[in-house]
Amino acid sequence: MIVHLLAGDRPRSAALALILTAILVSLAFAPFLFPGTRSLETAARICIFIVLVASYDLLLGYTGIVSFAHTMFFGLGAYGVALGCEHIGRSFPALGAGALAGAFAAVALALVIGLFSLRVRAIFFAMITLAVASAFAVLVSQFSGLTGGEDGLNYSIPRALTPALTIVEGELFGTRLNGKLLNYYLVFFSALILFLLLLRIVNSPFGSVLKAIRENDFRAEAVGYRVVRYRIAATCISAAAASLAGSLFAIWLRYVGPDTVLSFEIMLDILLMVVIGGMGTMYGAVIGATLFVLAQNYLQTLMSGASEATAGLFLLPDLLNSDRWLLWLGVLFILSVYFFPDGVVGRLRRSR
Amino acid sequence: MPEPILSLSGVCTDIAQYRILHGVDLEVARGGVTMLLGRNGVGKTTTLRTIMGHWRARAGTIRLHGRDIIAAPTAAIARAGVGYVPEGMGIFSDLTVEENMVLAAVSGPLDRMRLERIFEAFPPLRTFWRSPAGTLSGGQKQMLSIARAMAEERRLYLIDEPTKGLAPAIVSTMAAALRNLKRQGASILMVEQNFAVARALGDTAAVMDDGRVVWTGAMADLAGDTALQERLMGLRMEGA
Repeated sequence: MIVHLLAGDRPRSAALALILTAILVSLAFAPFLFPGTRSLETAARICIFIVLVASYDLLLGYTGIVSFAHTMFFGLGAYGVALGCEHIGRSFPALGAGALAGAFAAVALALVIGLFSLRVRAIFFAMITLAVASAFAVLVSQFSGLTGGEDGLNYSIPRALTPALTIVEGELFGTRLNGKLLNYYLVFFSALILFLLLLRIVNSPFGSVLKAIRENDFRAEAVGYRVVRYRIAATCISAAAASLAGSLFAIWLRYVGPDTVLSFEIMLDILLMVVIGGMGTMYGAVIGATLFVLAQNYLQTLMSGASEATAGLFLLPDLLNSDRWLLWLGVLFILSVYFFPDGVVGRLRRSR
Repeated sequence: MPEPILSLSGVCTDIAQYRILHGVDLEVARGGVTMLLGRNGVGKTTTLRTIMGHWRARAGTIRLHGRDIIAAPTAAIARAGVGYVPEGMGIFSDLTVEENMVLAAVSGPLDRMRLERIFEAFPPLRTFWRSPAGTLSGGQKQMLSIARAMAEERRLYLIDEPTKGLAPAIVSTMAAALRNLKRQGASILMVEQNFAVARALGDTAAVMDDGRVVWTGAMADLAGDTALQERLMGLRMEGA
């Protein structure tokens, strides 16, 4: 049953299976295991980024396409939900319509970019995606009447997904049973379904063709597969999944803005997560996103504690000052690339 | 004389600013094995790649089964029934042996009977069916490469140096499998440097020099004439 759900793609390492199970259980019971707003925010962000990173891995790791437009697709899904709620009202049909419109726009844009640029060399495709994504970010901030510009949009989502709804009075393991909890599980299960869907795609015959194209596109063509068509299809699927991840993000945050969903910083974060987890392994997305989001959210706290603990020592408290967390995140990234050149998943699979 | 399955006429191919093929004229008979011979660097591999559309011909015509394919996309040429075995164990090493074979059957599911015949010819493929192809030995990779071309019924096989760099025992396995393919009536155009294999399999030979076919005739005529071999290829062929 589990193997069927995983589309036959076993973790192929006991340690990896254990880590993945631990992450799944932690996320499934996060509201009760780690009560508190901050930990719930972190858990939801991890769920969403797993889908976003997995969808990017479909492109980079499985098809060998470098794109810098992934945050644009993420943003399209997020703005779709935001505009849906703004213009249709705070209802589930508005959420659905917004998410669908965002995904449709993302697929249409991916199709156009793919048709115009996937025939050319990979570096040109990367440059074109960079240009289109930058232009899109400028457009979003310029069309402030529609998008809220740099300030972004605040909107209301259905009451059933907000803390205003109380399911049962009282608390369970320190967590109030309200709409926020429902919202978290909407994010969790949607992310789980999307991830399993992506896993199924990369393990299908279509996925085999993508891997063949990544390895040698002429050989794949000489077997009888139109490489451009497959690359465009992969780009469209990846864009749709990124857009749906963006929609989940918008539902969770109840706010969208260029810095939150369209910034180039998020694009870099996605790249880092793919590399840390391991390219071409969907499970790498799970590990990369979890490690990275945890580091982003808790490294400062950890460093602040370490700085206090080493207060009397020479230089160390200054080095561990929580303001220097980005420096340490960089060091962690360099170390992870040095020790895990094919990502955490690749390393675990090799050392089984 | 029946219409050839493949015919090239005046084919010229450039790679970057260099002209590699200077007007290749070549015919592959239906149900026969044509050996493309010649020294290194005379354009044999480029000829196969030009037929497959990897390098685009600048001039000339290429007809497959009577249809001009000179401008056809590579995938369309493959789907028209051309099984191509590239030089240098051209497999997908990130995929398993099974995935490689499933991928090769482009027009439908892999036929079980045909697969059994492939397993009989290349037993290691059954043993390593679920292993990543990248972990196979050199000989096994070449077996997989040829098995991939045999995954479906093809009108024509283009095989580029199938025995290059292989141990003698593997060369025998390979030659036996190709002989079997020939017995089934396959049309084959093969580049081969191992003259013993070429002589055993070939019906006709085409010798290339400086981007042109300079001699065509029966394989037996070439095999029996060492003076001709020296004149065309600059050497007497071992095993002749």
